[in-house]
Amino acid sequence: MEIVHVYTKLRLEFGRQCLFSDRPAELLVDLPTDQSLAPQFIQKTHQDQGLQACRDLSDHQVNTERFESDSCGLNHEEGGWPKDVNPQEMEQTIRFRKKVEKDESYINSILQLGSVMENCIRQNNAVDIYQDYLKDEEEVEGHQEPSSAKTINVFRDPNELKRTVTGLSWHPDGGRKLAAAYSCLEFQKASKDLSLDSYIWDIENPNRPEMTLKPASPLVCLEYNPKDCHMLVGGSYNGQIAYWDTRRGSQPVEVSSVEHSHRDPVYKIIWLQSKTGTDTFSASTDGQVLWWDVRKLTEPTERLVLDPSREGNLDRALGAISLDFESTMPTKFLVGTEQGVVVSCNRKAKTPAEKIVCMYDGHQGPVYALQRNPFFPKNFLTVGDWTARIWSEDIKDSSIMWTRYQTSYLTDACWSPVRPSVFFTVKTDGMLDVWDVLFKQNDPTLSLKVCDEALYSLRLQDNGRLVACGSQQGGASLLEVCPGLSSLQKNEKSLLAAMFERETKREKILEARQREIRLKERSRSEQSRDEDGGREDRDQSPHQLMARAEDDFYVVTEMKRRREKEDQTARSEDLDQDQDHGQNQDHGQNQDHGQDQDHSQNQDQGQRQDQDHGQDQDQDQGQDQD
Amino acid sequence: MAGIEYGEVEETLKRIEAHKGVIGTIVVNAEGIPIRTTLDNSTTIQYAGLFRQLTMMARSTVREIDPQNDLIFLRLRSKKHEILVAPDNDFLLIVIQNPCE
Repeated sequence: MEIVHVYTKLRLEFGRQCLFSDRPAELLVDLPTDQSLAPQFIQKTHQDQGLQACRDLSDHQVNTERFESDSCGLNHEEGGWPKDVNPQEMEQTIRFRKKVEKDESYINSILQLGSVMENCIRQNNAVDIYQDYLKDEEEVEGHQEPSSAKTINVFRDPNELKRTVTGLSWHPDGGRKLAAAYSCLEFQKASKDLSLDSYIWDIENPNRPEMTLKPASPLVCLEYNPKDCHMLVGGSYNGQIAYWDTRRGSQPVEVSSVEHSHRDPVYKIIWLQSKTGTDTFSASTDGQVLWWDVRKLTEPTERLVLDPSREGNLDRALGAISLDFESTMPTKFLVGTEQGVVVSCNRKAKTPAEKIVCMYDGHQGPVYALQRNPFFPKNFLTVGDWTARIWSEDIKDSSIMWTRYQTSYLTDACWSPVRPSVFFTVKTDGMLDVWDVLFKQNDPTLSLKVCDEALYSLRLQDNGRLVACGSQQGGASLLEVCPGLSSLQKNEKSLLAAMFERETKREKILEARQREIRLKERSRSEQSRDEDGGREDRDQSPHQLMARAEDDFYVVTEMKRRREKEDQTARSEDLDQDQDHGQNQDHGQNQDHGQDQDHSQNQDQGQRQDQDHGQDQDQDQGQDQD
Repeated sequence: MAGIEYGEVEETLKRIEAHKGVIGTIVVNAEGIPIRTTLDNSTTIQYAGLFRQLTMMARSTVREIDPQNDLIFLRLRSKKHEILVAPDNDFLLIVIQNPCE
């Protein structure tokens, strides 16, 4: 229906201004709802709908497959010559060139380009706009940024069955390549399908190893020759030493004969500094340290048995797990053993007995890593059980500095080649710790979780910035350390030297005090036992004489003691002695290793065979305390 | 006429070559053929091919950003020396110079 509104106006009122007035609303039309139409409509539930005047977008993430790329060169040939000109013929090319030079457009463009070019050439000769004006000013030390390290690459074991990365070695020339030794060190876990190969990786290409080394038995350790970057020597699981030349392929150039090699896996092999550059020495848990000349691997040039009693007895030898050799001290070297003792040896000693110079007993478990500080060769770092310890060569009783007991086992460590106070450790929970001794001694300066599985090996590149660590599942991770941890700080050497001296002095003082107390003890007991001197003078070695003397001594003291126990006065003397025992205990926690005679006075009765095994002493102490 | 101008060309190029620090000069045509060079053959061919491509790419970059624009000159400074490239429609003048210290 139509809605119409009609209004009338007199003609004479046209054009007049409008006069508006208000009036109330007037209902014009009212259309009631027609219920009969309702079934034609569908009732919909109310809903809230937002409206926005822009396009619909979506965010989506996709994980792409790993893209393997390969670099290769292209063969390029000269081209562009017109069909009638043969590029090989000099005459034709010269003729063509001359023709072009006569061309008018050529002339014009050259003239024009020439002027532009001249302008620019002259510019170069005018002022060196790239001159370094501020080169001589010293770099301002900004605020210390927090230390950091980031993973650059991970090199995974390409085989199905993953093996542990047990050894790592950087290429000596610039560190562009990393050699990794893979083996399965867990006893009897190596299945037959386990690949024997070890790889050399180019750090730019984590997809594929650059070269494969195929030994007869998996390699436990691997070292590049620092003098010749193509030579590598590796110690294998079955005790043999093999030597490779990377120019000659994957098979070892020579392998040592089985009869003369080690009888246990070779845990460490190091190149020596020699005129020929072909000498190495290796250590293994069978207790021997063998020297080899790689040109002739049929038999070792020298052999040393790590027998603490210096008799060359293989049965009592300590199994070696780590080796350290410093080129500034070519005749001395350190061996870390399974028993927790570090043995310092001199290769050039006159008698085999003197080859073992001294022993440092510090760890409760195998000494997995051992390294001298490259700036302070008198101090060395050892890692074993749950601590890392720093030792000074002069103090044999204990380490001068040590870390707290960590939550997991430490498996490898090394000093930074650029900063004397920084060292790195790896643990079985996959953490890499960076310790800066001048910054913080209780905790690592930086602690990074590299991977979920245990880390077994660690190696720093010579520039101090790149760190490679190898894990149990065959992944070698390459990390880059922040410049704060890899550049020498001011006064670092002198500060560290002062710190080492201070700690060494502290230990020396404690040692001296210890000795004083024992001396007092001894003199007191000697006074009352002077009449029981009676020592036979026989032709025996001083060692045996001492043993004999001590045996006599115990027998006598035992008798005397029993006698005294029956008296009333015995008790007071015992009390005195007990107090002294107690004092002895408090000072002597770390230092009683190896100082045998004094212990034996107080407690040990009868077990005097192995004087050098301090551990036995400790156990007996506990038992015999009255 | 062409003769006189040809002489001028020679003179221009000789002047450029004689500048202090200039190691070599190459003139390349549109197809990448070196027309005139003071360097040895293999180096010349290498430079000619590579710089032809680079210049074309540089020119297309400039024109893509602004179609009214065009490449006049290209300067490539490297550790060892500076390479100056003057492009033209048909030809390319490449000069390798060792700038003063």
